[in-house]
Amino acid sequence: MRTRIIVSLLLGTALSLGAGSFAVAQDKTVKVGVLTDNSGLYSDLGGAGSTLAAQMAIEDSGMAAKGWKIDLISADHQNKPDIATAIARQWIDVEKVDIFMDVLNSGVALAVNNVVKEKNSIMINTGAATSDLTNAQCSPNTIHWVYDTYMLANSTGRALVKAGGDTWFFLTADYAFGAALERDTSAVVVKSGGKVIGSVKHPLNTADFSSFLLQAQASKAKIIGMANAGGDTTNTIKQAAEFGIVTGGQKLAGLLLFITDVHALGLKVAQGLNFTETFYWDMNDATRAFSTRFAERMRNKARPTMVQAGVYSGLIHYFKALEAMGGNPHDGAKVVAKMKEIPTDDPLFGKGSIRVDGRKIHPAYLFEVKKPEESKGPWDYYRLVGTTAADQAFRPLSESSCPLVKK
Amino acid sequence: MTVTADDSIPLTPRTIRDEMIAFAIMTVLLMVVPLTGIYPFFVMQALCFALLACAFNLLIGYGGLLSFGHAMFLGTAGYISAHALKVWGVTPELGILIGTAGAAALAVITGLVAIRRQGIYFAMITLALSQLLYFIYLQTPFTHGEDGIQGIPQGYLFGVLNLAKPTVLYYVIVAGFLFGFLVIFRAVNSPFGEVLKSIRENEQRAISLGYKTDQYKLLAFILSGTLAGLAGALKVFVAQNASLTDVHWSMSGEIVLMTLVGGLGTIFGPVVGAFVIIAMQQYLAGFGQWVTVIQGVIFVVCVLTFRRGVIGEIAHYFRLSL
Amino acid sequence: MPAELRYNNEIERERSIDMQALYAQLLVGLINGSFYALLSLGLAVIFGMLNIINFAHGALYMMGAFCAYFLLNLAGIGYWWALIIAPIAVGIFGMILERTLLQWLSGLDHLYGLLLTFGIALIVQGLFQNYFGSSGLPYAIPDELKGGMNLGFMFLPIYRGWVVVFSLVVCLLTWYLIERTRLGAYLRAATENPTLVRAFGINVPRMITLTYGLGVGLAALAGVLSAPINQVRPLMGADLIIVVFAVVVIGGMGSIMGSIITGFALGVIEGLTKYFYPEASNTVVFVLMVLVLLVKPSGLTGRAT
Repeated sequence: MRTRIIVSLLLGTALSLGAGSFAVAQDKTVKVGVLTDNSGLYSDLGGAGSTLAAQMAIEDSGMAAKGWKIDLISADHQNKPDIATAIARQWIDVEKVDIFMDVLNSGVALAVNNVVKEKNSIMINTGAATSDLTNAQCSPNTIHWVYDTYMLANSTGRALVKAGGDTWFFLTADYAFGAALERDTSAVVVKSGGKVIGSVKHPLNTADFSSFLLQAQASKAKIIGMANAGGDTTNTIKQAAEFGIVTGGQKLAGLLLFITDVHALGLKVAQGLNFTETFYWDMNDATRAFSTRFAERMRNKARPTMVQAGVYSGLIHYFKALEAMGGNPHDGAKVVAKMKEIPTDDPLFGKGSIRVDGRKIHPAYLFEVKKPEESKGPWDYYRLVGTTAADQAFRPLSESSCPLVKK
Repeated sequence: MTVTADDSIPLTPRTIRDEMIAFAIMTVLLMVVPLTGIYPFFVMQALCFALLACAFNLLIGYGGLLSFGHAMFLGTAGYISAHALKVWGVTPELGILIGTAGAAALAVITGLVAIRRQGIYFAMITLALSQLLYFIYLQTPFTHGEDGIQGIPQGYLFGVLNLAKPTVLYYVIVAGFLFGFLVIFRAVNSPFGEVLKSIRENEQRAISLGYKTDQYKLLAFILSGTLAGLAGALKVFVAQNASLTDVHWSMSGEIVLMTLVGGLGTIFGPVVGAFVIIAMQQYLAGFGQWVTVIQGVIFVVCVLTFRRGVIGEIAHYFRLSL
Repeated sequence: MPAELRYNNEIERERSIDMQALYAQLLVGLINGSFYALLSLGLAVIFGMLNIINFAHGALYMMGAFCAYFLLNLAGIGYWWALIIAPIAVGIFGMILERTLLQWLSGLDHLYGLLLTFGIALIVQGLFQNYFGSSGLPYAIPDELKGGMNLGFMFLPIYRGWVVVFSLVVCLLTWYLIERTRLGAYLRAATENPTLVRAFGINVPRMITLTYGLGVGLAALAGVLSAPINQVRPLMGADLIIVVFAVVVIGGMGSIMGSIITGFALGVIEGLTKYFYPEASNTVVFVLMVLVLLVKPSGLTGRAT
């Protein structure tokens, strides 16, 4: 009996001491790292805007007033997986970064994903397109926030077929990404009742699309799906205008297109384009308010892209989770688990949630680019054509090959 | 290429001694790194590129052949090793061997084509061949295109050395680098190396002396390509991925830059150059958009006023052979 | 067989007997060939005369396109004037480059020229990318050249037809200038034997600077021509330049006519590849280069070195 009292006393002391030290160890310091492309192909999509969005999220969250100390650093991964992994390792080991934001470029994102998992850090990826981040390569440390190729294909394909575009011709960039885009979209088109009547593959970084556009024109498909990205897509669109494809009655569907591309093309050339995004600065009052504040601080008064908006939204949610936990445990998987518990709600993406595979879901919007006379000013580019609900837009868990999903 | 290399200094026991001392210093410095606070991954990456630059330098500094396509060896060995390690599940030493062998095979094939021209034409041909390979790799499925091959296992070298431990991996990389470096050193300071230098200075005369210059040049090319491949295979363990940036022509440009900054035609120059350029990339990552411009400025400045490179200038000033 | 594959096969079979589509692709190939020809012409002029491999050619082509954009958006100067002003402006920039940087390399191995111009290209492209981002800027086709003609076998945008005609004219004029006029003779002599030509009282360094300016101007002209049909982006010349290198190697570097013919021919061959086996259209130029090198190392019309 006495031994039992002594043991329980000792145990009690030990536990309370442990709990006490645990509470003391819960510090309120956070270091946020924005790893993006500042100088290359995607610098307009993320870049300095992502860092600004992170800054705004830190300010708006009011965490400093609650006693938190939040640091922000950013770096340019130059679209090189080598440099990105080196920076990621250094940031985790030496700089003690807790969370990685943005991480554009699918190759880079997958490489950093591995490092983040190995070192139990966190990545909220808002920039990369690859749906592998929540599929075969999913991890308990990564959340994929804004979009992925599956959702783009799903939303654009389905919504366009519903709107009457039931014959498709694909212009595909001949590499894994393009092929994946074409494959996913074809599947959706066929499932929604449409037909794929032809396709042609073009090499990556082609300057001249005349040959391929001629074939697309000759096919007389109602929709020409562009399974490519970046410079290839903008060149296709520009040259399609030359060949009178859109005036001839066919529609161009972009499968990976952003507002910065439309801005670069100009409305005269880009009018009538259809594609999906999950954020547009002019959707509602909340997005407008944020975007005006954002644009004031941006160098060329640019409105936020969905990638940059995702950085803001993701950080707000991360801070919410930290607040709920009472302190920063510096344990990536734990915080991500907490983030998955709390439903998301922010002024930019509205209400949504994070699934067990790390995929954040929210509604997807199909936009059409306005005609020049319909636009009231710069960046006023989109008209909403259709919405795909959050639970339908993304790859269903039943089709997922992510090991975190319990079948 | 009449490069301003001071290996016009005759090969005497004293010059060999200079070089051996420098080599000893370098080895000691490398061995001590894990004990200092320097981040080992940075040094490992720099070492891989240092070996790559040394291999490149063998060709230009001693053979007079500017290859603007050396990235193809780095990338080929990287992809083949990565595939062997990840998909076939071979052991690390076998992975390195297979990757290096792949690069060697590529060097034989491309060398046979490229050697047919010299000077500028040689440079342009290597550039075009490397671009051809880039497009091929872009499209072949095993490279996973833009995603690259990710998550390559590090495994146990020779069954005992756990490469997942940074310190162990570090010494393995150092060993690989020193091995490659010694091969180059040996090649340069040998009859083969002497003939190569004479071809660089005056090919006509070498031919008139009875040397089959094409064979020597081809051999140098193959050796250079193989060692570049070794660097690529080693890099796979450091970065744990193999991607398209390794085969892009801008990577070839960086290799040229490293060697130029360090000193064309010096043995230690490329090592120093590699460390400088990698350090610049790492620590200027916060100003990433200026890195390209800065590299361009360094190119221009080096070509105009600093042609001997860091080590070259030191060697010239102190009349050493480095 | 899934629906889409069945339809693809039918399309394949139709394609193999579609002569109309073939003619269309040939014409399109000719159009692309004109860009290759203009660019390789500039490179050949600079190399043939100066023994410098101008790696900055792609960056200068890009500057020409940007110059046209600025002329339109900042000064309201349209396309037609841009065709004249941009090459002159960029040409002057090139001449300044030559005077300040390149001339120091005149005695050295011309590989240094390659490295120096490579560095210049990095600087120019890096600076433009910092200030203008990477998405590119819009430049519209001039109104006079809008629209197209229905040729029966294809719909030819008028602008593209203009490109072919204009490039041909410029190429032939340049060839004539260099090979048939006295000025051209001076230029050729000055590079073959500068000392002797200088002894005749001709200002050789000035000739060299002018030649570089001419080559650069040609690159910029190609840039203005391409601005309406390609996005005006800082990296628009970077990948193109390597293809042009291959063209010049195939054509034989010193030969002006060789570069022109090879440029057009390669455009056509690439067009055919896009028709029969589109996936390879990127690599066909390099494959051809390898083949030519194995059979005739000095290039199709080049002098043996």
